[in-house]
Amino acid sequence: MNTFQATRLVAAREIKVKVRDKTFLYSTLIFLLLAVVATVVPAMLSSGPSTVAVTAAGAEPLRAAGLDVVLVADDGAAEQAVRDGDADAAVVSGPVVVADERAPDDVVSALSAAPQVRLLDPDAVDPLTAYLVPFAFAFVFFFMSQTFGLQIAQSVTEEKQTRIVEILVAAVPARALLAGKILAAGALALGQITLIAAAALIGMRLTGGGDLLSLIAPAVGWFVPFFLCGFLLLAAMWAAAGALVNRQEDIAGASTPVQLAVMAPFFAVVFLNDNAAAMRVLSYLPISSPTAMPVRLFTGDAAPWEPFVSLALLLLAAAGFLLAGARIYEGSLLRTNGRTSVRTAWRQREPIG
Amino acid sequence: MTSVLRLDGVDRSFGGRQVLKDVSFDVTAGRMTGFVGGNGAGKTTTMRIILGVLAPDAGQVTWRGQPLAREARARFGYMPEERGLYPKMTPREQVVHLGRLYGLDAAGARRRTDALLERVGLGERADDLLETLSLGNQQRAQIAAALVHDPEVLILDEPFSGLDPLAVDMVVTVLRERAAAGAPVLFSSHQLDVVERLCDDLVLIAGGTIRAAGAREELRAAYTLPRFSIVVDGDAGWLRDQPGVRLVDLDGARAVFEVDPPADDQAVLRAALDRGPVRAFGPVTPSLAEIFREVNQ
Repeated sequence: MNTFQATRLVAAREIKVKVRDKTFLYSTLIFLLLAVVATVVPAMLSSGPSTVAVTAAGAEPLRAAGLDVVLVADDGAAEQAVRDGDADAAVVSGPVVVADERAPDDVVSALSAAPQVRLLDPDAVDPLTAYLVPFAFAFVFFFMSQTFGLQIAQSVTEEKQTRIVEILVAAVPARALLAGKILAAGALALGQITLIAAAALIGMRLTGGGDLLSLIAPAVGWFVPFFLCGFLLLAAMWAAAGALVNRQEDIAGASTPVQLAVMAPFFAVVFLNDNAAAMRVLSYLPISSPTAMPVRLFTGDAAPWEPFVSLALLLLAAAGFLLAGARIYEGSLLRTNGRTSVRTAWRQREPIG
Repeated sequence: MTSVLRLDGVDRSFGGRQVLKDVSFDVTAGRMTGFVGGNGAGKTTTMRIILGVLAPDAGQVTWRGQPLAREARARFGYMPEERGLYPKMTPREQVVHLGRLYGLDAAGARRRTDALLERVGLGERADDLLETLSLGNQQRAQIAAALVHDPEVLILDEPFSGLDPLAVDMVVTVLRERAAAGAPVLFSSHQLDVVERLCDDLVLIAGGTIRAAGAREELRAAYTLPRFSIVVDGDAGWLRDQPGVRLVDLDGARAVFEVDPPADDQAVLRAALDRGPVRAFGPVTPSLAEIFREVNQ
């Protein structure tokens, strides 16, 4: 049994137990539903082309615009059709658009001559999307590293609390336990994101909203490596926090620094995403770069070389945190008398091996 | 008799407090070695060092003459004192999982697990979540977990604590089988009567040092005083006046006494027979509890 095989077995167990955990199943299901609802429902609410009542003389331009045309005998009948609710609007001689409360845009534009438009920055993202996409990236990273990080901590503490850890470290290296847990949580997080993203994409495809996809695709491509490295960094912290305590109830206290490291970048990116200087700094700081750099790539603020530098920094930081986390993990795993201090765990690591 | 597992001059401190001082003893193949000591004497620390879960500050553990390495330890079966398995898994799942961690392939782990769970009497509950099982059944699962990889050595910390008498018998049988198959079995216990009944060899530890170690009968002989017990008809008080006899205990017709040389026990027996019938007479061998008390002084 080498470390790699042991890691795989540990990861397989973690995943097996997690995927039959009802809380996990239900939350995944709810996310899937939300993704579908968020993409399908808006399309269902917009009720398609308006129905227009018009005399045969004025019908042609409306038909050409793809509207649902109801032919009536005269202008009086057309107005009556609107009153009766048989049509959304009527077009009477003038032409004048008659409607109940608000004239449908598609009817008005069918009868208008649009001026020529020349865009100076045709690739710019519209403001709403420009606000929502960074928020979505930041939220996905925040949520996943919180949920699955906590799962790592709980799993570490469970093994300490039940004392099975003593059998485990006698059988396999402690490093394999740690690696297996992080691997499993990472795989589950990615799996859940993929599933939700797939549901959202199918929803968009069904309702014809596919253009946003091509817009965010390049930023998503960078989001994945940043997500993975950032997740690794935080996972190491979560595992160390879980190893310091003996009871599930104590995880919250021990993991306060980790929760800060998860939450601070989230709010920073949400609130500072229109401040270019702040975003530049955030996109290089290892803890916030997983969310900030993909956002800068999305808005087109980052030069092509920037993500490489930022990712390299993040990778270095993640490696450092992983080493430190592993040391604290090994140093506190067998201390089952109350809470271990980071200092003790760091100093008195057992050379298990 | 070959000694297979040897501790040699093992020291260990925790935060400046020395828990083990120059601990040396052997665990011999095919024999059950009882590891006896009070609370805090160093039993669990010693066992954790053998398992490689803790490292010694000085000294070493050798297995068949070689310093103990991880590969060899994978062939050890371990039952820690504070029991625990995964609450959200079934006994079958976790025993298979541990078997695989010990290096068995999937099919082998499953086969061994099925046989063992049947053996420890957990066959019917093998697919219930562990947290739904009674404490006794959880212990049975724990024993299966320690045996799943057919270990060459068994290290069991307090294997009988918390077991009902039936389960104790089951564990005793399983351990004896292991020893008979040639595995060294080291188990700690504070239930001295169980140890006395079970072990071939004894290691007594107190205050982090080994006070006595060896075959049970040899230890007994070493700690046997020139002490005899006698049961006569009538009162045995006359022994008080017998030359060379020191009365240890007198209770009507029964007495326990020591004989100081040159007086000898047979002369005392003859004197007793002269006075009337003797119902019982023999040397007093110390119980494990008495030896334990003796070495703890």
